[in-house]
Amino acid sequence: MAIIETKNLSYTYPGATKPSIRDVSLTIEKGEFVILTGPSGCGKTTLCRCFNGLIPHFYAGQLEGDLTVAGLKVTEHPIYEMAQRVGLVFQNPENQLFALSVEKDVAFGLENLGVLRDEMRKRVDWALQMTGIEELRERAPHELSGGQQQRVAIACVLAMQPDIMVFDEPTSFLDPLGAQKIFEVINDLNKKLGVTVILVEHRLDLASKYADHVVIMDEGKIALNGKPREIFNSETARLIGVGIPKATRLWQLLQENGIKLEGVPTSSEEAAQLLRGALKA
Amino acid sequence: MIEVREVYFTYSTGVEALKGVSLYIRNGEFVAIMGQNGAGKTTLVKQFNGLLKPIKGKVLVDGVNTRDISVAQLARKVGFVFQNPDHQLFSETVEEEIAFALRNFGFKENTLKRRVTWALNLLGLTEYRKTSPFMLSGGERKRVALASVLAWNPKVVILDEPTIGQDHRQKEILRQFIVQLNAQGKTVVIVTHDVEFVAECSPRVVLMMQGQIVADGDAKKILTDPNIALRASIVPPQVTQIFLRLVDLGLPTDVIDVSEATKILLEYLEGGKR
Repeated sequence: MAIIETKNLSYTYPGATKPSIRDVSLTIEKGEFVILTGPSGCGKTTLCRCFNGLIPHFYAGQLEGDLTVAGLKVTEHPIYEMAQRVGLVFQNPENQLFALSVEKDVAFGLENLGVLRDEMRKRVDWALQMTGIEELRERAPHELSGGQQQRVAIACVLAMQPDIMVFDEPTSFLDPLGAQKIFEVINDLNKKLGVTVILVEHRLDLASKYADHVVIMDEGKIALNGKPREIFNSETARLIGVGIPKATRLWQLLQENGIKLEGVPTSSEEAAQLLRGALKA
Repeated sequence: MIEVREVYFTYSTGVEALKGVSLYIRNGEFVAIMGQNGAGKTTLVKQFNGLLKPIKGKVLVDGVNTRDISVAQLARKVGFVFQNPDHQLFSETVEEEIAFALRNFGFKENTLKRRVTWALNLLGLTEYRKTSPFMLSGGERKRVALASVLAWNPKVVILDEPTIGQDHRQKEILRQFIVQLNAQGKTVVIVTHDVEFVAECSPRVVLMMQGQIVADGDAKKILTDPNIALRASIVPPQVTQIFLRLVDLGLPTDVIDVSEATKILLEYLEGGKR
């Protein structure tokens, strides 16, 4: 079942001379883990702003085409309604956290939605547990490490129980191990709770093993759309300058040199397995 | 060029950020400082241009103690590009932004114009000469910040997290650019989490943990040692991970670069190496 469907979607910011996204037709199925990538300025963030109604309700500008998210026509439903369906986690958690305790920050979105006290307690507990930060409940968010802060930011959005969560480069301020832990939290939300995940990310080496759908944008348009293996192995991805996983690149270089291995690896585990077979043969 | 001797530093909040750090960076070296969040990386590089001064120990830049010289004088030698360009940019046009420091250093108007044009060209910003830095994308703002520092031609360039928010193509441009600076004899110090970028550049790597240096050596040695990496929250590059998984088949484990990896695998697979 499609949870996000756009047809010939184009959008121009107020005062801009050309559209930031052009003619985007895209279907995202319920429960998918989608990686959205492409060069800086290709329209990734703009497209994500359409999903939760920030475009057109907050940014104004000119929106054309069809846009249905979680069964709702976005143009006909206000942001507060869309926000309950689509949660957005920003790149830098500092831009999102403000309360004096983690618990209060996580409860804030629910207070705004008028959720009853008992239900609110339950949801806060659940969100803290899902993101593995129960022990941080009483701490002040600004005293936490970057990785802990990003988990708090995720808990804040998760507590609203959205159908879809959009993560806009959620790990770029984190060290690699911290980043890996965040990706694992996101993967758990997707696999265990069935939340549809849209991850905007440049660092595909770290993230691609979790994805079952990859969308690459270029100059406001969808350039590639499909399964990770097909996408990373396509010539177009290389030409656009997307940093495909090194595991896939290694496979390509071997192929160019006449070594054929079955299947296209997208992670170090898969590449090692393929190579093991070939080396033993 | 930069000599750090037994430096301790504590922030006013009581956080001990540096606990006895010693480091020697030679003229013309390319060094990447790595380590987990809060390890003291940024605190360390801020000692290099005198923004922070040690509470114990000393830092010598070009033989001069950073205590005996003003930040303004040091800045002439050591250019610092911040992690977040918005902490640095403030002028109304890109051109003025780049000219600002040059004017402060007292460059003559002719030289100033020439240098601004040179820096704009170098970083592909000429078309934005009259544009406000705040109208540009994140990646472009980062380039303006870099141009404004390179314009005064410092001997040492420090880049704090230069690859954040940059796509693959821009990272490749940045890499070539650093190599070029380095070839011109400049000392380049980057602070970064980006293991894949470091694997492609192959600089000397200084690994920090909890305010101390825990490893120091070439990228290949540091990034491929799973024990060192794990301790300092570094995940080895993907190519290394593949080779580490095949260690029982007799493959080398000190591989970080994808072309080198291809060459080694071809030797094994085609049987050229026996």
